Amino acid sequence: MRRGIGFWTGLGFTLLISAFLILPVLASVIAGVTANQFVGLSSGLTTRWLVEVWANYGGTVLLSLRIALATLAVTLLIGIPAAYVLARHAGVTARLVEEALVMPVAVPGIATALGLILAYGAVGDLRASWLFILAGHVVFCLPFMLRSVLAVLLALDLKGLEEAARACGASWPQRFLGVVLPNVSGGVLAGSLMVVTLSLGEFNMTLLLHTPFTRTLPVGLADAYTALRTEMASAYTLIFFVLIVPLLSAMQWAASRAERLGR
Amino acid sequence: MSVAIRLAGCGRTWPGGSIALHPLDLDIAAGETLVLLGPSGCGKTTLLRLIAGLEAPDAGGRVFFDGEDVTRLPIERRHVGMVFQSYALFPNMDVAGNIGYGLRVRGVARAAARRRVDEMLAMMRLDGLGGRRIEALSGGQRQRVALARAIAPRPRVLLLDEPLSALDARLREQLRQEIDALLRSLGITAVYVTHDQAEAMALGDRIAAMEKGRIAQIGTGRDLYHRPANDFVAGFVGDTNRLATPEGERLVRPEHLALRRSATGGFTVVQATFLGPVVRVLLRDAAGRELRADVPDEDVPAPGERVAVLFQGRSLETEAAASPA
Amino acid sequence: MPDRLRAALLIAPALAVFLAFFLVPLGQLAVAGGAGGYTTILTEPRYWRSLASTLLVAAGTTAITLAIATAVGLFLARTRFPGRGTLLALLTLPLAFPGVVVGYLVIMLAGRQGLVANISLALGGDRIVFAYSLSGLLLGYVYFSIPRTLLTVMAAAEKLDPRLEEAARSLGASSFGVLRDVLLPGLAPALTAAGAICFATATGAFGTAFALASRIDVLPMVIYTEFTLQANLAVAAALSFLLGLATWAVLALARGASGGAAA
Ligand SMILES: Nc1ncnc2c1ncn2[C@@H]1O[C@H](COP(=O)(O)OP(=O)(O)OP(=O)(O)O)[C@@H](O)[C@H]1O
Ligand SMILES: [Mg+2]
Repeated sequence: MRRGIGFWTGLGFTLLISAFLILPVLASVIAGVTANQFVGLSSGLTTRWLVEVWANYGGTVLLSLRIALATLAVTLLIGIPAAYVLARHAGVTARLVEEALVMPVAVPGIATALGLILAYGAVGDLRASWLFILAGHVVFCLPFMLRSVLAVLLALDLKGLEEAARACGASWPQRFLGVVLPNVSGGVLAGSLMVVTLSLGEFNMTLLLHTPFTRTLPVGLADAYTALRTEMASAYTLIFFVLIVPLLSAMQWAASRAERLGR
Repeated sequence: MSVAIRLAGCGRTWPGGSIALHPLDLDIAAGETLVLLGPSGCGKTTLLRLIAGLEAPDAGGRVFFDGEDVTRLPIERRHVGMVFQSYALFPNMDVAGNIGYGLRVRGVARAAARRRVDEMLAMMRLDGLGGRRIEALSGGQRQRVALARAIAPRPRVLLLDEPLSALDARLREQLRQEIDALLRSLGITAVYVTHDQAEAMALGDRIAAMEKGRIAQIGTGRDLYHRPANDFVAGFVGDTNRLATPEGERLVRPEHLALRRSATGGFTVVQATFLGPVVRVLLRDAAGRELRADVPDEDVPAPGERVAVLFQGRSLETEAAASPA
Repeated sequence: MPDRLRAALLIAPALAVFLAFFLVPLGQLAVAGGAGGYTTILTEPRYWRSLASTLLVAAGTTAITLAIATAVGLFLARTRFPGRGTLLALLTLPLAFPGVVVGYLVIMLAGRQGLVANISLALGGDRIVFAYSLSGLLLGYVYFSIPRTLLTVMAAAEKLDPRLEEAARSLGASSFGVLRDVLLPGLAPALTAAGAICFATATGAFGTAFALASRIDVLPMVIYTEFTLQANLAVAAALSFLLGLATWAVLALARGASGGAAA
């Protein structure tokens, strides 16, 4: 097939945009492992910055991981049953509830966070606990879990499958565990990866919700960007990339798999 | 272990107020196959779901299995087998998993369940397909799996909702024979929904012809065909002609008419269509009234020819036939 | 158990979380502004200016992102060539980067030590630095929005019926005619949806602005400053509530216009 001028223009533009997205990432990664930023790569590679960053900010990484996993657990536990109910009910009430549950995505994190502080900031030690951040992350991430699972449930003949299971004599727990859950595993997986990724990167809300004792990875990053030297900031960013990029690839793989199976 | 089913005053009104089923009484004998026949939307599925326990009748309706009131019993405790129009096979399980599901959830021991599944695979001629994924099955195979899943736990009643409608004509015919043989060998009480009259005739001990949420007539295929209770049944179960005779209007099946070429005949041939077993001839008289006759494919009059119509069978004994059309 | 009761029990946890950690906080936020807060923001020109620059940045982001994503998305969706998959992977890599990290990447690109500055120096020109200005912020938001917008456009482009384009060509339409009469109208719902999300994120996110320590007073930055530095709770609350209401309304409107494709 011969390629016309349109193809080459399109390719050129696409390459340009890719460069715009990728070059800064490369620059940052390289800066994070370069011995001397001003001399450049010829000064040699080092893990010194990484080690130093880990010593100072390792805690933020661990806290972020803990919050992300806890967010995942909670959104799984409350999101899947909610999606199931929304998929099984067609009425106006169900649509209103669905609308309500996904609303937190549409409201800027800073507004939600400020509201949380106003409502619960003075309740016991909650403000100083990581659970305070968890509450914010759960509210923000729940819609994504809900939507992922709901999309798969709606593509199934859920009512038919459940009726068939009932006709075979299955009680509700039997058919929920044996028929419903196994058939939405794709949506659950996609939703889970999404939730973990979002929670790990959440900043808009967390910047207000955190305290000096509960600093998450993105909050630490912001701190590093304003306070630390480029090498350190870059090394810290590199740690974040190492965490988030595999998750992202897994997410895209899961999404494409779910789409393939959905056909 | 088959049971007799009795419905008493069972109606079904949707929340919006539309009536899917007017309150009706129905008796189905143990071991009998009853076919629910009727046009789309007449309430066949609703009636079947009432019997299954997937739908509750309006207040006052009662469902009995062998005299036991099961109205409040949900489907999972009625011990019925059901075959759905869309099959509703579980995509997360293979063929054997689907067939054995009803045994598993009822706590049948693993070895016994495995034996029963193998038995079903053999009975349904699905040998060797136990490990297949559902997506990798043909339509006919899926249909057999759905049937096997329904009968594996030895249900008291078998309910089938248009089980063959998703298949092509040849396969439908073949599977219809298989289901017929199966129902006879099992001796199970069965309710079979279809809108195909040939299927109804071939399968049913009795047929309930349904019209707009009511049972218009219930009886053997012969009853419905030769002694339809009203115009609707006469028209739905086979074709009919209105024939003016000296005694008045009569309903006559196309195959009970014969044609003879005659210059003085009252009808002109409009069209002759070869249908295989017969030729369907469309006739029109001077007043524009039309008749359809099914005649053997031998020396059929051509369009334009004038013919006399001979009435050589029995006319239908409906109440409607007695009144002028 | 009756079906209704079970449904209620299954959805109750999700609703409880929504109520406790979203609705109640938002209610508090609405009230905390008080008459004073709302009067202040309505009468002080400072807030109006900040609103204007926020909307300006958001509108600019939306326009630029849509243009880029449509061009690249249509190209990638309609051509096949070796390396296409890699290119797509590169273009969607930043999907999970939070705003703060994107802000830092803009610094890597256009900051004092950035790629652009170094290249311009090496070419014998002046050190070009624009990370900390309005264009830097715009660049960051565009960077942030390209991956997800691109995915939306590509998904929509792949669903377009190719026969429509063939029909248009058979009737003698030029490439531009096909674009104007077939492709863009076909993509319109997806573009509306993606544009609304762009606009809403650009209005409500402030990680990028924060990392750039930019001098542009976008609304979320103003809220943050009022709350943390000036302890001006009433104004911060009033601004947050209005901002939340506005973004939610934009998304709801866009969803109405695009027939449910938007978040
Ligand atoms: N859940 C429901 N809510 C409201 N109306 C319904 C519902 N289910 C069915 N109906 C209506 O009830 C009537 C009877 O439906 P039913 O499914 O029993 O018809 P059917 O005879 O099985 O038709 P078909 O041959 O098309 O399957 C129809 O008019 C249908 O539109
Ligand atoms: Mg039906």
